[in-house]
Parts: sequence; structure tokens; C-alpha cells
Amino acid sequence: MSASMSAFHRLANPTRFLRLADALLPWSAGLTVALLALGLYLGLVAAPPDYLQGDTVRIMYVHVPAAWMALFVYTTIAAASAVALVWRHALADVIAQAASPLGAGFTVVALATGSLWGKPMWGTWWVWDARLTSVLILLFLYLGHMALAHAFDDRARGARAAAILALVGFVNVPIIKFSVDWWSTLHQPASVSRLDAPAIDPLMLWPLLCMALAFMGYFVSVLLVRVKAELLEARLRTVRYRDAGAR
Amino acid sequence: MVAAWLAIARRDVTLALRRGADAILVLAFFVFASVLFPLAIGPYPAILRQIGPGVIWAMALLAALLSLDRLFQSDYENGTLDLLALTPMPVELVVLAKAASHWLTTGLPVTVIAPLIGLMFEVDGKGLAGLTAALGIGTPILSLVGSVGAALTLGARRGGVLLALLVLPLFVPALIFGAAAAEAASFGLSIVPALSVLAGLLLVSLALAPWAAAAALRQALD
Repeated sequence: MSASMSAFHRLANPTRFLRLADALLPWSAGLTVALLALGLYLGLVAAPPDYLQGDTVRIMYVHVPAAWMALFVYTTIAAASAVALVWRHALADVIAQAASPLGAGFTVVALATGSLWGKPMWGTWWVWDARLTSVLILLFLYLGHMALAHAFDDRARGARAAAILALVGFVNVPIIKFSVDWWSTLHQPASVSRLDAPAIDPLMLWPLLCMALAFMGYFVSVLLVRVKAELLEARLRTVRYRDAGAR
Repeated sequence: MVAAWLAIARRDVTLALRRGADAILVLAFFVFASVLFPLAIGPYPAILRQIGPGVIWAMALLAALLSLDRLFQSDYENGTLDLLALTPMPVELVVLAKAASHWLTTGLPVTVIAPLIGLMFEVDGKGLAGLTAALGIGTPILSLVGSVGAALTLGARRGGVLLALLVLPLFVPALIFGAAAAEAASFGLSIVPALSVLAGLLLVSLALAPWAAAAALRQALD
């Protein structure tokens, strides 16, 4: 077994993971706050208004990172689910379920800010184009994932069913990513992740990347807290069962 | 293997027909729910013609959803599913047989009766042909994708509502391209692009859905 594989299995031990999470958490939380402050300053104050959209363009600094995270979190869930199904990795199930409400939150933020941005720019809160519709479906997939995980009396059963659903729903992720290229729509195509140089001015790119890192830091920090809480809860459950058995 | 597969499919079709109510109720639901729209919106031919194919597709979706919970549920409760899983036949093929019988008792009747409903929505001949072709290719997708949802929710609390929440988002691509085919036909455009995408979706779900549903069934039977 390779060294990386053994590290991967060592993490399945909750005590070891809790120690690692406690060590990481202050750093990721601190970094999140610092990046968020810097990103908000750069985006709201330092960055110039757009020549066409004026100050409305500043919605981008929240909207785009939230949309990126919505896709990233679902990809994380799908990857964790695959790991859970293939290796029965105990921690992977916990991570997938802890990430789901966070991803749903990012999706709601992306939809809401997109709607607020769409009203002044497109003249409408909502259009039924491919990008918006597929992100709405992503939100439903998140809700279904959360509901299915908690629908069984047997927790392990719920975790496995949710993992299969996460893998099935993953077909939606490439559809969202490429929807702006495959269909001509109101939503603009990608300007940052392109093969050639990003089609966005560095003055706007830096605040955007800063906010994206802040969102990522937020996700990692809250995920660690949620996984910790779930592991401690499982430990409490075990203690209670044991005490009930001893009585 | 082929004989056993056919026996499972035939058994499910026979059960659905002997119980009578099941298959006919789904069809009746499809007809009544579609008829609600002209009553609610008003008898304006121009509007009805425009919304007809979309309404019929949406109602076909709901009809498929309505009958999905019986796909595995009764076999799960009385233990038949455990025995089927013990046979040498892969669970994937069992799923395929059950999805096929589900389509024969819901998708096919809906496809056959849809032109009649289309007439009530004043859809013209070309539109009806497009609608029927799209339903013929599209409804098997609903049975296949639906089998994944039905297998995942076996034994869940509030299974019915949960099934709708899981399956309806996954039905959306079939709905979009199915309704697009019918719409293109009534505008006199080619229906081939939409039908090709629909056929592609059918092939993808034919290849992937049995695996996912079988994985879900195995963990339900553990």
C-alpha cells in the first residue's frame, strides 16, 4: 500500500481526524476572515465600476464565487460518495452529508444574487435559460440529497442511498458548466476559466479571486465544524447505547 | 437467462393488468389531469394549441411518477425481491425487466392515448405526430430513471413525496427535449434534432440507470 493510501485510511479514525481538524480550524477560519475583509474592500471600494454596468457589477464578487462553490461542493459530495461506496470509508459519508446543506446555501446565494443582478441588467428577475434552469435543478438535487439521507431509521442505509443519489445527480454538473457554451442564452459565457488569458481586467480579477478563496475558506472551516459535531454526536450516541445496555 | 428475464417482465405486466385498477388508474389520471388545463385556462384554441404538447408531457411525467412506487415496493414487502436477488440473474437485469414492464403498463398506454388528448388541445396533425414520436422515445427514459428513485426510497419514511423530490429533477431533460420535439413539429421545423437528443438520453439511461438502481436495491436488501 502506498504512503498516500495509508494516510487516507488513517484519516478514517475519528480521533485522529478530530485532532487534525482542531489544528486546522483556527488557520482556515482566520484566513477566511482576512480574505473576506480584503476581498470586500477590493471589490466594493478599490475596484472600478464597470463602464457599462456601473456599480451593479460589484454583485459579481459575490455571485460568481457562490456559483463556483455550488458546483465545487457538489463535486466534493460526489467524490466523497464514491469513496464511501467503494472503500466504505467511514469519514467520507460524514463529509458528504455535512457538505450538502453548505452547497445548497451557496446555490441559493448564487440564484438570489443572480436574480438581483438580472433585474437591472437583463430587465428580468428570472429567465428560463439553460444556465439558470440547471442551477435550479442543482438546488433540487441538494434538497433531495439531504432529505434522502435522513429518511431512514437506519443511518447507514440513508448514507448509502444518498451516496448513490449524489453520483447519479453528478451528470448535472457538466451540464451546468457547459450550458453557456452549448446553448445561446442571456447568461454570459465563462470569462475567467478559459484556455487563453482571462477576459477580465486584473483590477476586477483580483477581488474576484480573493472572494473565491474566502468562500472556499468558509466552506472548509464550516465543513470541519460540521464534521466535528457529527463525529462527537456519534460518540455520544455510542456512550448512551452502552449506558442503556449496562443498566 | 432470456427466458427468465422474459418471465419476470411478463409476471409484472400480468400483475399490473390483473390488478386492473393500477394500469387503468394511471391512464385515467393522465387524461383527467390533462383535461383540467383547458377547463382552468379557458377554451381558447390558440393558447391551448401552444401549451398542449408541454402540458401533455408534464402530465405524462406525473403519471409515470404516480405508478413508480409500486415498481419494487410490494415485491420488497412480501420478500419476492430477496428471492429475485438470490437468483443467478444479475440484479441489473431484474431492474431492466421491471422498468420494461413499468413502461409497457404506463408509458406505452400514455403514448397511445396522447394524440387523443392532443386533439382536445387543438394540436394539428404534424404536432400530434411529433408529440407521439417524442413520447414513444421519451417515456422509457422516465421508467428507467424512475427505477433508480424507486429503488433508493425503498423503506424510507414518507417515500412517496421523497420519490417525487428525487426523480422530478432527473426527469427534466426528457421533458425539455420531448416538448421541444412536439413544438418544432407544429412550427413545421425538423423534429430530428430534439428526437436525436431524446434518443441519446434514452441510450445513456439504458446504460447507466440499471447499475444505479441495482446498487440501490442491493443496499436496501442488505
